[in-house]
Amino acid sequence: MIGREPLLRADGVTKEFFGVTALSNVDFELAAGEIHALVGENGAGKSTLIKILTGAYRRDRGRIALEGESIDPADVMDAQKLGIGTVYQEVNLLPNLTVAENLFLGREPKRFGLTSPREANRRSREILSQYGLDIDVTAVLATYSVAVRQIVAIARAVDLSGKVLILDEPTASLDAAEVSRLFSILEDLKARGLGIVFITHFFDQVYRIADRVTILRNGQKVATRPIAGLERIELVSMMLGRELQEQEAHGAEPVDYSKKPVVASFEGVGKRGRIAPFDLTMHAGEVVGVAGLLGSGRTETAELMFGIAQPDEGRIAVDGRPASFSSPREAIHHGFGFCPEDRKLDGIVDDLSVRENVILALQARRGWAKPLSRKEQEEIADRYIAALDIRTSDREKPIKFLSGGNQQKVILARWLATDPRLLILDEPTRGIDVGAHAEIIRLIGELRERGMSLLVISSELEELVAYATRVRVLADRRHTGELEAGAITPDTIMRAIAAGEDETPGDRGGKGRAAEILAEGAA
Amino acid sequence: MTSSRLFPLATTFVIFLIAYGLCIAEFPNMLSTRVVGNLLTDNAFLGIAAVGMTFVILSGGIDLSIGSVIAFTGVFLAVAMGDWGVPPVLALVIVLALTTAFGALMGAMIHYLAMPPFIVTLAGMFFARGMAFLISIDSVPITADLYDTLQGLYYRMPGGGRLTFIGVAMLAVVLLGIVLAHFTSFGRNVYAIGGNRQSAELMGVPIARTTILIYALSSFLAGLAGIAFSLYTSAGYSLAAVGVELDAIAAVVIGGTLLTGGSGYVAGTLLGILIMGLIQTYIVFDGTLSSWWTKIVIGLLLFSFIALQRGLVWLSARRRGAAMPA
Repeated sequence: MIGREPLLRADGVTKEFFGVTALSNVDFELAAGEIHALVGENGAGKSTLIKILTGAYRRDRGRIALEGESIDPADVMDAQKLGIGTVYQEVNLLPNLTVAENLFLGREPKRFGLTSPREANRRSREILSQYGLDIDVTAVLATYSVAVRQIVAIARAVDLSGKVLILDEPTASLDAAEVSRLFSILEDLKARGLGIVFITHFFDQVYRIADRVTILRNGQKVATRPIAGLERIELVSMMLGRELQEQEAHGAEPVDYSKKPVVASFEGVGKRGRIAPFDLTMHAGEVVGVAGLLGSGRTETAELMFGIAQPDEGRIAVDGRPASFSSPREAIHHGFGFCPEDRKLDGIVDDLSVRENVILALQARRGWAKPLSRKEQEEIADRYIAALDIRTSDREKPIKFLSGGNQQKVILARWLATDPRLLILDEPTRGIDVGAHAEIIRLIGELRERGMSLLVISSELEELVAYATRVRVLADRRHTGELEAGAITPDTIMRAIAAGEDETPGDRGGKGRAAEILAEGAA
Repeated sequence: MTSSRLFPLATTFVIFLIAYGLCIAEFPNMLSTRVVGNLLTDNAFLGIAAVGMTFVILSGGIDLSIGSVIAFTGVFLAVAMGDWGVPPVLALVIVLALTTAFGALMGAMIHYLAMPPFIVTLAGMFFARGMAFLISIDSVPITADLYDTLQGLYYRMPGGGRLTFIGVAMLAVVLLGIVLAHFTSFGRNVYAIGGNRQSAELMGVPIARTTILIYALSSFLAGLAGIAFSLYTSAGYSLAAVGVELDAIAAVVIGGTLLTGGSGYVAGTLLGILIMGLIQTYIVFDGTLSSWWTKIVIGLLLFSFIALQRGLVWLSARRRGAAMPA
């Protein structure tokens, strides 16, 4: 299967952005007739690596060779000409053009100096028939499903390049039947001798289709291993960068939460294609940690709980009374708060001052007809700047000038100012320095003792161990397990994640993950 | 399947037929080759400019400079042929070269400086108008043998209507525009950029070259429209053709082209021009209506077309959503 001279070979590839190393000395090898999975958590360097291979970025150091020849693609077109084609996650075709026009854009067949749509249509039908696709190629692409567009994109990339095909999370929005179809197409291409790089978050897919897997973490290569004989627990531990070892269990005594008042309960709440129905009861004075790999449904869970997305089934009750949130506004009205994962995108308002950022949610809850006076605003801002130790020279300083950790504290202050009963934190310590990290963890503990109910999503297992009173484990967009206080260690969490990933549908009569979610959704 | 793409064009065509039918029902005289001939002649310069505007809008841009370029062309020709003694043919070549270069420059600024087309062509609008005033502030009559020849050139249709040189030129530009849009790589690239600039770039569309060519084409056709306008009025005047860019945009939108780019037809623009001309003709026939009714009806038509386009976008988004449960 694996030839002597690899089809594509990268040696010591390094890339820095403004002094931050995104990729450090990474080696990568792809054989002809091989499907090679590339896995890693967010920020591991997967997309940087493929962007370098496809010419979207230029590498700073290192060597790339295609069929033994050293190459240096200047742009995407250049890489395509050399034989490296890419299909991105958001299918990068043009929905306003016809199928045939998409296939032949940039290389239209010509007749008497003019393009010949008839010829393009004929050849398009020919090309697509190789993929078992019999569609009207003169219809605009927008009329077709994402799956069909994905196949058209692959057909274009293969027809254009023909040696290496790079697929960046191609299955993200496909259902089970579509995934199976895509995989059989990939098997065909593999048999034709193409080298295929396949990026995915789904372990069952790695095991189903890949020959080898390369694991990246923090911009470095951890290992390249044949799939055969690779244990899932080993794969998870390589991704998370943690040795398997016995560790001290969480110090906190198990607490009888059934005696604590219930703040909110979620029964069979789910949304098709996003997260399978789950039950969750949030008590006052507890911290529910949420663990799982990227794409396992962590953020989706939070979004349903906060009304950002609407569940299509299940019941929500707040204080025992049925409730439904059609928007975050209503969730805020019930005393919920939510600090999103990407504070740059969803949280801070760059140009507003610290004070304005702090009072935003409180003002929204009061309604704009009842403005807080300037004096009240200043009091609230000063109180939280002191309480959370927000390092700013001035409460009127625009928040964009604060460090990441301090921005995070401002967002936290914003929700604390509304005095929430249920606070959801999505990756509260991502991208902040060590000192601020410890303070946020301490703060979470304090809030719990004051009787607040918290749901904290985190990829940092040690962090979960430090503050969670129980841990929800997610895999493949399902809630697969829960660890009680006393049994929470990084090791048990990791085993639970791997176990969840293990139960995946690959072992269940070949049905895909999405089919299962759909089936559960219908149940 | 292509029906949704053709729907706005078909709508425009049906509206044109209904409008013409209503006009004839009230004024049977409007069914004559004279009316048709005048419709083409009177709107020739606007039609030529609107073809250029179609490409600009298809690419997702806008060109506000064409009215000024038309005025500049007229003044330049009148003064060059009159005061400077430049041979007419040479003057025509020079002015087309100037306007094309001007458009290419705007296109280059839009691409390389990453400026919105609205701002760049707004600047171009002031600049070209100013240059026209710099050459002459008067209405300068054009007296050249070439002009007399071209103005005297026409085909007498059965029924007495005259198919003039500039009317035929407009139809020729429309035909060439259709070929350019649908049977050349350049045309594909224009649609591709209008559909999604980033995807187009990833698929290897030469964004810089295409953007420059689009605005060069638009200004070239504005220059050609300026020539047609000077043939129509036999004069060049700096204050001429104010707001023609807005009429051209209106014709393109009524012709069924999406203002957001990526979808539309050059043929639709011709229909848009004819509908606008028809309204004007109706008002002339009626004799009692204020000519401002033209603007009112065009305004209403634009409103309804924008609503129609929104509706179509909304429908297709919904259909796409239904096809993909996620």
